[in-house]
Amino acid sequence: MNPNPDFDRMACPLPLLDHDTVQLAHGAGGRLSAQLIEKLILPRFTSRELDRLEDQAVLDLPPGRIAFSTDTFVVDPIFFPGGDIGDLAVNGTVNDVAMSGAEVTALSVGFVLEEGFPLADFHRILCSMEAAAKTAGVRIVTGDTKVVGRGGCDKIFINTSGIGVIPGGIALSAASLQPGDAILVSGTLADHGMAIMSRREGLSFTADISSDTAALNGLVGDLLAACPGVRALRDPTRGGLATTLNEFAAASRVGILLEEEAIPVRPEVLGACEILGIDPLSVANEGKLVAVAPGDQADAALAALQAHPLGRDARIIGRVRAEHPGLVGMRTALGSERIVDMPVGEQLPRIC
Amino acid sequence: MKYLSEFRDPSLARSLLEQIARTVTRPWTIMEICGGQTHAIMRHGLDQLLPPEITLVHGPGCPVCVTPLETIDRALAIAARPEVIFTSFGDMLRVPGSSDDLFRVKSRGGDVRMVYSPLEAVKLARENPAHQVVFLAVGFETTAPGNAMAIKQAAAEGLANFSEITSHVLVPPAMEAILSSPQNRVQGFLAAGHVCAVMGTGQYVPIAEKHRVPIVPAGFEPVDILQAILQTVRMLESGEAGVVNAYGRVVRDAGNPAARAVMDEVFTVCDRKWRGIGTIPGSGLRIRDELAAFDAEKTFPVGDITTSESPDCISGLILQGLRKPHECPAFGASCTPLHPLGATMVSSEGACAAYFKYARRGTS
Repeated sequence: MNPNPDFDRMACPLPLLDHDTVQLAHGAGGRLSAQLIEKLILPRFTSRELDRLEDQAVLDLPPGRIAFSTDTFVVDPIFFPGGDIGDLAVNGTVNDVAMSGAEVTALSVGFVLEEGFPLADFHRILCSMEAAAKTAGVRIVTGDTKVVGRGGCDKIFINTSGIGVIPGGIALSAASLQPGDAILVSGTLADHGMAIMSRREGLSFTADISSDTAALNGLVGDLLAACPGVRALRDPTRGGLATTLNEFAAASRVGILLEEEAIPVRPEVLGACEILGIDPLSVANEGKLVAVAPGDQADAALAALQAHPLGRDARIIGRVRAEHPGLVGMRTALGSERIVDMPVGEQLPRIC
Repeated sequence: MKYLSEFRDPSLARSLLEQIARTVTRPWTIMEICGGQTHAIMRHGLDQLLPPEITLVHGPGCPVCVTPLETIDRALAIAARPEVIFTSFGDMLRVPGSSDDLFRVKSRGGDVRMVYSPLEAVKLARENPAHQVVFLAVGFETTAPGNAMAIKQAAAEGLANFSEITSHVLVPPAMEAILSSPQNRVQGFLAAGHVCAVMGTGQYVPIAEKHRVPIVPAGFEPVDILQAILQTVRMLESGEAGVVNAYGRVVRDAGNPAARAVMDEVFTVCDRKWRGIGTIPGSGLRIRDELAAFDAEKTFPVGDITTSESPDCISGLILQGLRKPHECPAFGASCTPLHPLGATMVSSEGACAAYFKYARRGTS
């Protein structure tokens, strides 16, 4: 008997289907399409809107401004330590909507499947999307599935869009930073990007690094309740902290000074970054947020983040300053100061 | 021992900085050879912490930067061929040729792949017998053993579909060229630690004696670099020339004989053109004639290559320590990492890229 039964799998058994892999006919609108939707997809995404099986979801929303965001997920590999393309697609869009301060309500999901993609893998992804949506407390209310011929896409692409309602009195903006504000991060940086890289060919030495993919809407709610003066929130995904802070500095025409020693990075992640010559500040995160709070509310904001399980490792990492508008600087551990630039493109490992 | 935090220890670094400040009595110009050292200096802001008497100038030790344009253009022509899987270290992908780079070749359908080791390219050759797998083998003595090993491995397996474009360069002839230049201002060297780990320290002794300079093999972390600067300044102040190893945790005087044996088996010394600098006699490695089947320059005739270099780029002067990046009129203006005029702005080890990334001096 397996001493470690996989309860997730037991709770999410693969239904019996006529095929093991995605067929072009699964996207053709006929009987096989119906089988895919009814047997595989709908059991995972049950919601009152979706169960109506209309061409659209009709939502009753509380009054307020609506935040709306969309994102498309093409990550390779589709399964990686700490998550997969499914929970990434749910959490990513939940986070994009949540960074407006909105209470995230509903998601749409669009799948593009490659002919020949194993249905067992698709089912595993659907199960992790179901679990992620449940954890985040959001409903998947409408969706679509398309199949393209072999080579037309790479295994599976997922688009998710999300909406939420912004409570009255909250107006977060990257253009609202003021000198004296504090910069906070909710936890360790670069975990997701280095977990993905560890799974790419030839980099098996970083096996203990896991993606941080997580829905941050609960953390945002707690933070804004404790510290309503928060000026800006963003999840530093592609391009990492360096990109987010450069965008903040440019939008608000202020300078930012970070303290190198305050920035949390796990030792194993830092080691992998060093070996590859990659700056952890430019690496993607999928379960972290950057918050800017007025200086006099920084401690309250930090306490609120640290009280939440997803913010235990939160730190104040720097300050906004009037000098050097548009530039992000960092005081190094040695006491010198350098620029933290926006990365040019893909991070390239160094040659020697 | 974690081999990282110890060598970035702020209190140790401060103590070394104090010792340097106490030792120095007059201005000295010291060149760090390796681009990895340049980046560490800028990343940790060491230049800001040193006493004003010490000027660090940045050496030619950026393999990507000194790879001649002809080699890059030839690589681009080979990479565009339909039967080729072209492999390279990540650094080379964005380096501009005369009118293209490897990323653009890839976007037009070329099969260009980044590898972490030349042995990965050999594996690709094994797995793709219908394709020609070409590896762009650039670098100093540091990467040469691995690139030699790939050819040795391919030869042992009888792989007929693996070859390398070789543009290896050697440090000592470049130091000799810098010291022999009438414009030379370098008074002491931090030698490239990883090159010395392979080659040992012996080959620097005649250079140090001939030109009466201190040559100090140095590492790449702040404490390593400061330790080496302190050693160099001590020797300069006391008028001492010679080779003193400040990177003993990695560099042995004898180097790595096994690695050198593989290099010698596969490569032989040749004259080599350095991008922006010109041809330096005996400064390169090429594949031996008996292994010509693995030499992509011989197996892929791509015709005459006509190169064109930006007239505004002064990377040659920068690589010889004659100018600093922010002294170039194009720096940060017409030349940025997004639109580089020369390789020193592209490579992760290029001095211009380091200045732009960490200091952006001389720009608004």
